[in-house]
Amino acid sequence: MSFLRISNLSARLVGSSTRLLRDVSLSVDVGQVHGLVGESGAGKSMIGKAVLGILPRAVEVTSGKIELDGVDLLQLPPAERRRRIGALCALIPQDPLTALNPSRRIGPQITDRLVQILGWTRAQADARAVEILGEVQIPDPTRVLRCYPHELSGGMRQRVLIASAFAAAPKLIVADEPTTALDATVQKQILTLIAQMQARHGTALLFVTHDLGVVSKVCGSLSVLYGGMVVEDVAMRGFFAGPAHAYSRALLAATPKYTDPYASLHPVPEAVIAQVQDQLRAADQIWNGGTRPHV
Amino acid sequence: MSDLYQITDLRLSLPDMTRKPLLGPAPRIEILKGLTFCIAKGQVLGIVGGSGSGKSTLGRAMVRLLEPTGGTIAFAGQDISHLDDAALRPLRRRFQMIFQDPMSSLNPRHRIGPLIASPLRLQGVDGADKLALEALDQVGLPRDFARRYPQELSGGQRQRVGIARAIAQRPDFILADEIVSGLDVSSQAQVLTLLEGLVRDLGLTLAFVSHDLSVVRRLCDRVIVLHQGLIVENAATDQIFAAPKAAYTRDLLAAIPLPDPDQPWD
Repeated sequence: MSFLRISNLSARLVGSSTRLLRDVSLSVDVGQVHGLVGESGAGKSMIGKAVLGILPRAVEVTSGKIELDGVDLLQLPPAERRRRIGALCALIPQDPLTALNPSRRIGPQITDRLVQILGWTRAQADARAVEILGEVQIPDPTRVLRCYPHELSGGMRQRVLIASAFAAAPKLIVADEPTTALDATVQKQILTLIAQMQARHGTALLFVTHDLGVVSKVCGSLSVLYGGMVVEDVAMRGFFAGPAHAYSRALLAATPKYTDPYASLHPVPEAVIAQVQDQLRAADQIWNGGTRPHV
Repeated sequence: MSDLYQITDLRLSLPDMTRKPLLGPAPRIEILKGLTFCIAKGQVLGIVGGSGSGKSTLGRAMVRLLEPTGGTIAFAGQDISHLDDAALRPLRRRFQMIFQDPMSSLNPRHRIGPLIASPLRLQGVDGADKLALEALDQVGLPRDFARRYPQELSGGQRQRVGIARAIAQRPDFILADEIVSGLDVSSQAQVLTLLEGLVRDLGLTLAFVSHDLSVVRRLCDRVIVLHQGLIVENAATDQIFAAPKAAYTRDLLAAIPLPDPDQPWD
């Protein structure tokens, strides 16, 4: 059963007729890792933000459903929607430096949410923080809880954020490019850790990335996005065995591999861009009742 | 082939401000611990390593944005390790830098044309505006981009402006510090293809700082691997990838996620 089911989700800039998300449909099962891939501006982070209810003010959802455990979040009154998302979901953000408040110690940055939003006692929250930091292999958790973010390395900070995301046992985690700021050896540790934690807790994971190498290590399935539209929704192995859509093939051809240095590296060809643009235009024409095509 | 750069026992330490006592000087932290290597004319050298390995610091010392605390940097036969600003100014044209983040290295209040032309004007070059337009041609951007502002451009286009600004000076050497790490794969492929072409056509000598070994393999003739401020391996690119000698190089290679679900990964 799908824990998260997004159907025909469209969003636009307030006051504009240009859509940022175009009839996006996808689903993530319990215990499954689903990747969102695409170039910059394809709308991958936008989908994650829509699920978590943290879209920028200037963006409004115009149609579609986001069902979390069978309940459409978009039909709920705002307070109840926030409560439901807060109880069931968490985010692993991209940049571990800006995601932590530099003027506060690590401890309260993990526990405040548990106490203030989920109503735990301070003692419960503190105990949980020590336990979860241990689980992400942070040595000496009690000391780290008293540290400020600048006293920790990038990899350690990302571990803290992973611990924080898993602290309240969420059912769904959105990971928004969690390793782009890290070097290869630390990236490997962090990806391995996220995969272990996800498997142990059976969490559904929506994994936003532009790195197809990372996708092949972490995701069970993926959606390829272009211009806010799902170009292809496919199982991971199927994708790497031979993507069906020309755009997906082009994306794969643009990825350099150190094992194959003499393969020619192609940016996504103009013809392929034109092909997806046509698809976007066709989708928009239907959306606009055939009257006002927009791209 | 003669060496453009000869770097001997390069050392660099900086004050560690996180451990500075309230009164008195901060303890110094040694970032580069004695590096010796050469870059031949026309060579593309990859400088790789993890975060904190000193690769960016090394690059900044080579273009003398930082002054070494020990050892020598010889550029085209001249020792530039301790030259002052006035003595460096005429040399600056000859070694240029392309920065990692084109959003913060391009002033958002200036148009693209002046951004490329003003370093030329500072060097007293005639016809700076015309050279700036030619540089736009060379990086494959339309000339009317000269009138746009950086924030109107995509990440890949901005990075091409960074390249245009560097090559407009007709330098002998360019330092590229992680210039594709902020780009998605398609723009990355465009920038890499462009850089390959420029190296070939202009006979540039290039140092390419990166943590992405797939990109380095593609572009570089020779690679040095840095770890904690020391060179752990210095070899021809093919050799590094075929038979890495240092344990750290092997770890680095094994950590790269290839777009291939069957790659062993534990």
